[in-house]
Amino acid sequence: MAHEETRLIMKYADEPGYTNDIDCYLKHGGYEELKKAVTMKPEDICAEVMDSGVRGRGGAGFPAGMKWKFLDRKSGKPIYLVCNADESEPGTFKDRQIIHKDPHQLIEGMMIAAYAIQAKLAFIYIRGEFFQGYRILEKAIEEAREKNFLGDNILDSGYSCDIIVHRGAGAYICGEETGLIESLEGFRANPRIKPPYFPAALGLYQCPTIVNNVETLCDVKHVVAMGGKEFAKIGTPGNTGTRTWCVSGHVMKPGYYEFACADITLGELIYDVCGGLKPGRKLKAVIPGGSSSKILRADERFTGKLKDGTEYDWGIEDIPMDFDSLMAVGSMSGSGGVIVMDDSTDMVEALANINYFYAHESCGQCTPCREGVPWMRKITQRMVDGEAREEDADLLNSIADQIAGRTICAFGEAASWPVQSFIAKFKDEFVEKAREQAARRKEGEKTAKETTLI
Amino acid sequence: MNLKPETTEKIDKLVPRYPTKRSAALPLCHLVQEDQGYLSNEAIEWIAQRLELEPINIQEIVTFYPMLRTEPTGKYHVRVCRTLPCALAGAYQTCHRLEKELNVEVGHTSEDGLVTLEYVECHADCGRAPVVMVGEEEYTDIDPDKAGELAAKMKSGELSDGMPD
Ligand SMILES: Cc1cc2nc3c(=O)[nH]c(=O)nc-3n(C[C@H](O)[C@H](O)[C@H](O)COP(=O)(O)O)c2cc1C
Ligand code: SF4
Ligand code: FES
Repeated sequence: MAHEETRLIMKYADEPGYTNDIDCYLKHGGYEELKKAVTMKPEDICAEVMDSGVRGRGGAGFPAGMKWKFLDRKSGKPIYLVCNADESEPGTFKDRQIIHKDPHQLIEGMMIAAYAIQAKLAFIYIRGEFFQGYRILEKAIEEAREKNFLGDNILDSGYSCDIIVHRGAGAYICGEETGLIESLEGFRANPRIKPPYFPAALGLYQCPTIVNNVETLCDVKHVVAMGGKEFAKIGTPGNTGTRTWCVSGHVMKPGYYEFACADITLGELIYDVCGGLKPGRKLKAVIPGGSSSKILRADERFTGKLKDGTEYDWGIEDIPMDFDSLMAVGSMSGSGGVIVMDDSTDMVEALANINYFYAHESCGQCTPCREGVPWMRKITQRMVDGEAREEDADLLNSIADQIAGRTICAFGEAASWPVQSFIAKFKDEFVEKAREQAARRKEGEKTAKETTLI
Repeated sequence: MNLKPETTEKIDKLVPRYPTKRSAALPLCHLVQEDQGYLSNEAIEWIAQRLELEPINIQEIVTFYPMLRTEPTGKYHVRVCRTLPCALAGAYQTCHRLEKELNVEVGHTSEDGLVTLEYVECHADCGRAPVVMVGEEEYTDIDPDKAGELAAKMKSGELSDGMPD
């Protein structure tokens, strides 16, 4: 049975004839929520967002209402809003779709959020590689300015706020919120240590700052449209609203699909929605929330107790797609990037590929990350090149253990979790590779098997 | 520095929008790079002066961000995404085909100056992998055969360089 999507954010984006210009957006009821918002008290909008329970869609899943509450309003310093449109987590491609197909939805969501927190100025930090997305946003902002949806005295409310689109230049660490802030200030994107640099208190220019993901800010518009309590009815308690799952890898129909939280299981997503695996192939593993989330093995069983006390006993296909369930099985929903791997995948090569990415992207501030991540990369590269050793799996694991928890930002974890989970779940393959290569060397064969993922 | 008048105009408009001058550093690097093709020492010094910074403040940005270049690229700047979802879809095979057809090693510019071929990390379009960029133009689902076709069109000059006019 194919599952019905619940399209909230992507509702119009893929409708035939729907374009990204403002007339089309207005014809579809656009900017009505902003008109409503500017007649409300800012604190009432914040209360609705709190009631909605909406959790951040950028990776960590922190409740947006709570984050907004932490804003330091007593300092008297100007408040800034930053939209995180850096979207660089491998496997994630939803924000780009929103920007390309429905930029005004984002602008409206941002202006509502900016008004709610009374921001003085708003930024969209967009990754540099989104050339077209950048131009689309610039045009949309001009259109919105002409109609007075942003700029001075928005809709005669007395509130003024502008949006600056700021381009990154190819560094993944700019997605980490404090790295992003450093980058926006004109420095290298070296993340700041938390505490004390929680953006809500000491963010951009040392002023209170809210950083939210593109999709989260779009959700804000729908919270205002429906009211927080009504929004919270979508999904399940603690996992409210919809999520856009980006599916890539070995499925017949990769793409993005929007469902209410927990409305679909991982199995239904892969088999019913994405048309299953390629002919003759079997599922081997899934990375459920972007490349830094922990890998799940197809034949694992997941048992335990959920927050509400109910016991679960799931196979990989039974896992409900929401924040808490994926956390319960030892991974996370992260940025929503579901990477599917079938039985043709060599796990050592797959990890080598991931390690290459993280080694390339470390900002280099913390010794464990700067030295440890490239070391892990070298080991997995050597394994792929035909010089694997039996002790490599344990060595990799021990390096990862010494990075996680010992760094300034969560990149340390992001780089360690793939290694720890690959070794925990597929150690046999790592050891097997070492044995097989040792045997080949004994036979005098110099070359490794042909590789495809690195 | 001989910048196009449009570039100077854009820069003059952009700098005062930011609460601090230094915030305009990255956008200025982009604008000057788009104008000149790369960031020369002269360009770095010019940007620093424009923002009342030291050249090292710009230099440290240029060396940090992969998209900023200190050397020009070939006519076609080809970027192949190599991260896991693209790799699972065959990105390495795609790139090897480009190397062969265009007679250039990945990471380099061909001797005739026609192409610069590079690996890049996830371009956030993994659902349509493998992803290849030519200039600012994106090509999706590029298997080795389609890579061969792209290469042929580059060699014949038929393909757009993907840069805005
Ligand atoms: C290494 C690293 C990379 C990140 N990349 C992104 C990103 O590309 N986009 C994003 O929205 N959040 C990213 N985040 C999460 C942000 O730091 C931040 O939590 C998020 O933007 C907050 O928005 P949200 O609460 O709406 O999710 C990243 C975090 C880390 C540690
Ligand atoms: S953990 Fe890595 S990326 Fe994060 S601040 Fe330290 S060195 Fe930089
Ligand atoms: S991995 Fe290539 S676009 Fe994401």
